[in-house]
Amino acid sequence: MVSGESEAGWAIYLDILRKPRYLNTLVLTVLVSLATTVAALAISTTAGMFLSRNRFKGRGILLSIMTLPLAFPGVVIGFLIILLGGRQGLVNQITPGHVVFAYSVVGLFLGYLYFSIPRVLLTVMAAAEKLDPELEEAARTLGASPYRVVVNVILPGLMPSLVAAGAIAFATAMGAFGTAFTLATNIDVIPMVIYTEFTLSANIAMAAALSIVLGIVTWALLLIARSLSGTTVAAGG
Amino acid sequence: MTFRLTNTAKTYPDGTRALLSTELTVNNGEIVSLLGPSGCGKTTLLRIIAGLETPDAGSDIWFDEDNVTSLPVERRKVGMVFQSYALFPNMSVRANIGYGLKMQKLPKQEIDARVTEVLEMCQLQKFSARAISALSGGQRQRVALARAIAPRPRLLLLDEPLSALDASLREVLRDELAVLLREFNITAIFVTHDQDEAMAIADRVAVMSNGRVVQSGTPEELYRNPNSAFVAGFVGNAMLLDGKNTGNVLILEGGELKLPSEGTGQNVFVRAEDVKIDDNGPLCGQVETITFLGTHYRIGIKGITPNLLTSVFAGQSAPKVGQRVKVAIGPEALMLLPEGAV
Repeated sequence: MVSGESEAGWAIYLDILRKPRYLNTLVLTVLVSLATTVAALAISTTAGMFLSRNRFKGRGILLSIMTLPLAFPGVVIGFLIILLGGRQGLVNQITPGHVVFAYSVVGLFLGYLYFSIPRVLLTVMAAAEKLDPELEEAARTLGASPYRVVVNVILPGLMPSLVAAGAIAFATAMGAFGTAFTLATNIDVIPMVIYTEFTLSANIAMAAALSIVLGIVTWALLLIARSLSGTTVAAGG
Repeated sequence: MTFRLTNTAKTYPDGTRALLSTELTVNNGEIVSLLGPSGCGKTTLLRIIAGLETPDAGSDIWFDEDNVTSLPVERRKVGMVFQSYALFPNMSVRANIGYGLKMQKLPKQEIDARVTEVLEMCQLQKFSARAISALSGGQRQRVALARAIAPRPRLLLLDEPLSALDASLREVLRDELAVLLREFNITAIFVTHDQDEAMAIADRVAVMSNGRVVQSGTPEELYRNPNSAFVAGFVGNAMLLDGKNTGNVLILEGGELKLPSEGTGQNVFVRAEDVKIDDNGPLCGQVETITFLGTHYRIGIKGITPNLLTSVFAGQSAPKVGQRVKVAIGPEALMLLPEGAV
């Protein structure tokens, strides 16, 4: 019978910090997730504001294309990235030279981003519909430029939704497995390490410790983001 | 500032004509009200003046000698009080009021001094640090007014500024607003559908109907000399005396009335306060409804015109429902207006 305990005991958590393999993986996971969150928020807020403010031919089709990844599991997203940036991928075939990014941090980032955009987009659009147009008009009668209207009225109005959508994007990226499983052959992210520790090395204690660390780090970063956004809203005046 | 608007119209892309070609002049320091039922184009006109709507080609809007027709809203220097007040929920009262000054990039001390001055004028000193969500409706209205006035706009625009308040507060704030606007000594245009509000606040009222200004004048002029059935009905609720007009005499179901002047082809109107219950009156009807309103009764009388004729009765004891009464209407109270006018 295999026991979940290891000889190291609680010191196994110290191992995570001491061994570069674990620590570097943790840092990389956090960085990729942060980059994904920022990029998803920027793209989805711009697109969401545009789509909720404008009615044009093909809007419905565009919106359905942008929300399509909702239906895909992570593995399919990873597969799509390989089709785009793998050795036989589209980019490699139409560009001269050897352009393969599917198995790098860039590929992982693009996969996570594609996965996150529809979730953030839908949240932002729902919030954008509820913004009071009179607030924007009031700011403009008071002499605010379009840029000031965005900073002083639209973003504060969207802030609760942006925090919520950003939290979903970040947490999803931190724990993403399917996409990572398909793409992370040369690089490691925490969910992948947990999987290999568990199945290949049978190092159950380390897998459990990494899972807990993943949870704590995600929770702590979300808490910080939430309290920071809270103070920026209050200091908006 | 003198405000002038000529040949201004608004047609929406779907062909709806929200505003027909309109002329309007507001003299320096004058307070003008745009009065009309919903959908008459008054809010569209106000938004065109603010720069929030683009008028049709050929329209001209002048602030003194300055043609602002193509100037965007943020550079027109107008102050606007919105129907919902549209106060920034993420800012304090003080920050809301100072927002326009901040956009003008004034030095911080000057902003503080100006905001403090406006806070005092609007009696908002003790609320200055509060969040907007912690204010009552009346306080919000004052903050909205203070915010609009703080950057010293050339023209103040108010869109139904009292409609978000409950009835008891509305009357108090109406009088307060009239005093404040005169204290600011500013040229102002405000939109309302409430004739009492228009008459209480404005120096001059422009009555609008179906996308055009049908009559403009002081509240007294509009009340005493309406130029159309619409104005007579909308300002002071005049009632049509529907009967046979022979030129000198109006023959009604309940009796005959002498007309004050030759009235062939004219409709005859009267207001409820001029319909007197009088034992020597020439008209005869039957009391159908009685409403007690504190200072007076409103009595609906049938049998004189096809509709109920309303009389304001100020006496202590009103007649009973079903009682037959005699009614008198003085010839000077009859308003003769051309048939078929808007």
